[in-house]
Amino acid sequence: MTTYIERFPAEARVIRSTFFTAFIALGIGALFGLLQVLHRTDVHRLVDSADYYHILTIHGVLLALTFTIFFLAGVFTWGLTTSLDRGVVDVRFTWAWYGLMVGGTALAAIPMFGGLIDGIDMSAGVLFTFYAPLQAHPLFYLGLALFIIGTWLAGADWIWTYLAWRRENPDERIPLPTFMVLTTTLFWYLSSLGVAIAVVVFLLPWSLGLLEQVNPLLTRTLFWYFGHPVVYFWLMPTYMLWYVLLPKVAGGKLFSDPLARVVFVLFLLLSTPTGIHHQYLDPGIAEGFKFIAMTNTMFLLLPSLLTAFTVVASVEHGARQRGGTGYLGWLGALPWRDPVFTGMALAGLMFAAAGFSGMVNAGMNINYLVHNTFWIVGHFHLTVGTAVALTFMAVTYWLLPQITGKPIWSRSVGLAQVVTWFVGMTLMSNAMHRGGLSGVPRRTAEPQYENFDFTPAFGTMAELDAGVVIGGSLLFLSAVLFLGNVFVSLTGGKDLTSIPENAYAEALSGAEDGPLILDNLKLWLVIAVLLVVLTYALPIGAIIDRGGLLGPGGSPYPLVVESGRAISIGLGEVVA
Amino acid sequence: MNIHAYEKLWLAASLVLIVLFIGSVTYGAVGAGIAMVDDAEGVIDPDALDEDDRFADPRVEEVGENEYEVYVVAGQFFFDPGTFEPIEVPEHSQVTFYVTSPDVIHSFSIPGTNANTMVIPGEVASMTVEVGDPQEYGIVCNEFCGGGHHDMEGEFHVVPEDEFTLEADE
Ligand code: HEM
Ligand SMILES: [Cu+2]
Ligand SMILES: [Cu+2]
Repeated sequence: MTTYIERFPAEARVIRSTFFTAFIALGIGALFGLLQVLHRTDVHRLVDSADYYHILTIHGVLLALTFTIFFLAGVFTWGLTTSLDRGVVDVRFTWAWYGLMVGGTALAAIPMFGGLIDGIDMSAGVLFTFYAPLQAHPLFYLGLALFIIGTWLAGADWIWTYLAWRRENPDERIPLPTFMVLTTTLFWYLSSLGVAIAVVVFLLPWSLGLLEQVNPLLTRTLFWYFGHPVVYFWLMPTYMLWYVLLPKVAGGKLFSDPLARVVFVLFLLLSTPTGIHHQYLDPGIAEGFKFIAMTNTMFLLLPSLLTAFTVVASVEHGARQRGGTGYLGWLGALPWRDPVFTGMALAGLMFAAAGFSGMVNAGMNINYLVHNTFWIVGHFHLTVGTAVALTFMAVTYWLLPQITGKPIWSRSVGLAQVVTWFVGMTLMSNAMHRGGLSGVPRRTAEPQYENFDFTPAFGTMAELDAGVVIGGSLLFLSAVLFLGNVFVSLTGGKDLTSIPENAYAEALSGAEDGPLILDNLKLWLVIAVLLVVLTYALPIGAIIDRGGLLGPGGSPYPLVVESGRAISIGLGEVVA
Repeated sequence: MNIHAYEKLWLAASLVLIVLFIGSVTYGAVGAGIAMVDDAEGVIDPDALDEDDRFADPRVEEVGENEYEVYVVAGQFFFDPGTFEPIEVPEHSQVTFYVTSPDVIHSFSIPGTNANTMVIPGEVASMTVEVGDPQEYGIVCNEFCGGGHHDMEGEFHVVPEDEFTLEADE
């Protein structure tokens, strides 16, 4: 019986740091989520409506990028080292990528918070999508670029460690968690390239005044080239936890290892050539390209549907091992008092609901009704806001003892916490979906208009507002319970004997049942690149052909009249 | 690779489902003729909208029997026409909107209907809708466009035939 911290003390320290960074982001993000809920419904407006968008930028960036990515970097480091039974090659390198990610986040945070503080002349009220010609302070783009480079180095660290293991074990199959880490890393390299180009080649030089203008449709398309796949950067570690940890805490085994590999290969292949489905309503992109993106998106349902099967089958196996019987009676035999299990199970349940609203979004024509409405916000609070976030919180109750040696302060509070999140999200997301159907827009400080009212199909706007406020408050409460529980646990003493062994679920049908070609990552990467070229070369070419690499402009907003800008206009003309 | 029988069944069912989805959307787009916003319009210089005969004087125009075209400029933080005076068209007509932006990305969206498009500087979004009985609709911008985004609204009125006059005829 060994815990993770005993086996890998140096790696455990890094993982602790990634987790704590993630939790700080979660705390601030949740607080701002509550402010948004109160502001939109006009229950309480703490800030000016024009400043609402600074709050929303921070909420989006800190939760969707900082919280998720720091946490998953820790999870991947745990999964890789545990399954290879080997430490990273050089932990100084591991600290280096962590440091770069923190540094990048801090730089980007300066103008993001600066926008809220009077007297600070920097701002980044551009939301986490930062569509040009909305313009942020250069530090925002610089920080973002450094953060992404940090994640690339993290991926390099995992690949490097894997290669070292490979030399020591030339004939073994890649262990499943490592396989998942590697496919996700390759996929991330491919998909984050889009945003890296948008930021480094266009937006950063433009914000510095080196370029006079950019092509808004081009930078937007590059953003979505990354913006949809980033969803899978959150989901793939979540799936990994559902595959390798959930069956274990349910008391059983993973149903099929080879099928899990198939799922991750499908993600590597299909996640990236779909981003244009966020642009169904964009002028300047031919219908045919939208159609291809739609088709790819529908096929991308496949790995998720397969996951649903395997996860349920594995959990059922666990229940039957625990003595469960009957057609549905086995459900009762599951460890519902364990916050790790219950949190993950509820997260998975919500994800199934999200799958339904997601299919609506993906249908090009139905999308017209819901695009940019509150429906979308309801949808992704089920996916990233619950399937991912609740899974991450639930596994914290399992992983935190592993990486600190300290047991969780209160598992009952943990159980109450995950249930509260589920209830709060049910209320908030339901109201958001229904509001969106009646046309209530997202990203709006005051969705109350002078000339018309929204009329929901069922109920009233007041009921929907109540759902959002009560749901949002419960979610905030849940986040406080979570952070409080983590904090109190950390102040406690170490007690290694009370902590289970660091391990993950074995498979009923193991790696040896799968064909070797599954592990041929080079092959899959080549096909993935080809698919991306096939779907993106023509639309990007057409966009550049239409508007020019840097045209047709628009006006930067907010207009900053700085001395630096006047000088650089001359430069910009040379470039343009 | 040995795949469990149930798993095979599930896989087959999933694939059928996916093909059905693609089929229904394809039918919607091709069969039922639901048109999408696309690249049909050429690019435009957002800094020189006043030199374009559609957008120099944004307006409603009659182009055929019961067919109207509406040219709209969506800027920070207004729709012209729409915000300062309502866009008016007669009942039971076919209306094509052409919308562009001089500054940042906006949207032109009529809540509760599927008339919804992004408005991107340099591009002209076009969208055709069939209007029915007289009714007053709102117009909102649902793409964040700056500090006054929530104030960006307008009105779209479908009016009885006998109450309709074109601005030009007034
Ligand atoms: C305390 C819990 C939370 C509450 C009360 C909350 C509330 C909200 C609300 C009301 C909005 C919409 C604002 C608008 O469109 O005007 C929003 C947006 C958003 N939320 Fe949350 N949220 C919570 C947790 C989360 C979590 C855990 C995540 C992800 C891990 C998340 C990610 C996002 C994102 C990405 C947006 C979109 C930002 C944008 O449109 O730019 N939220 N949230
Ligand atoms: Cu706008
Ligand atoms: Cu707007």
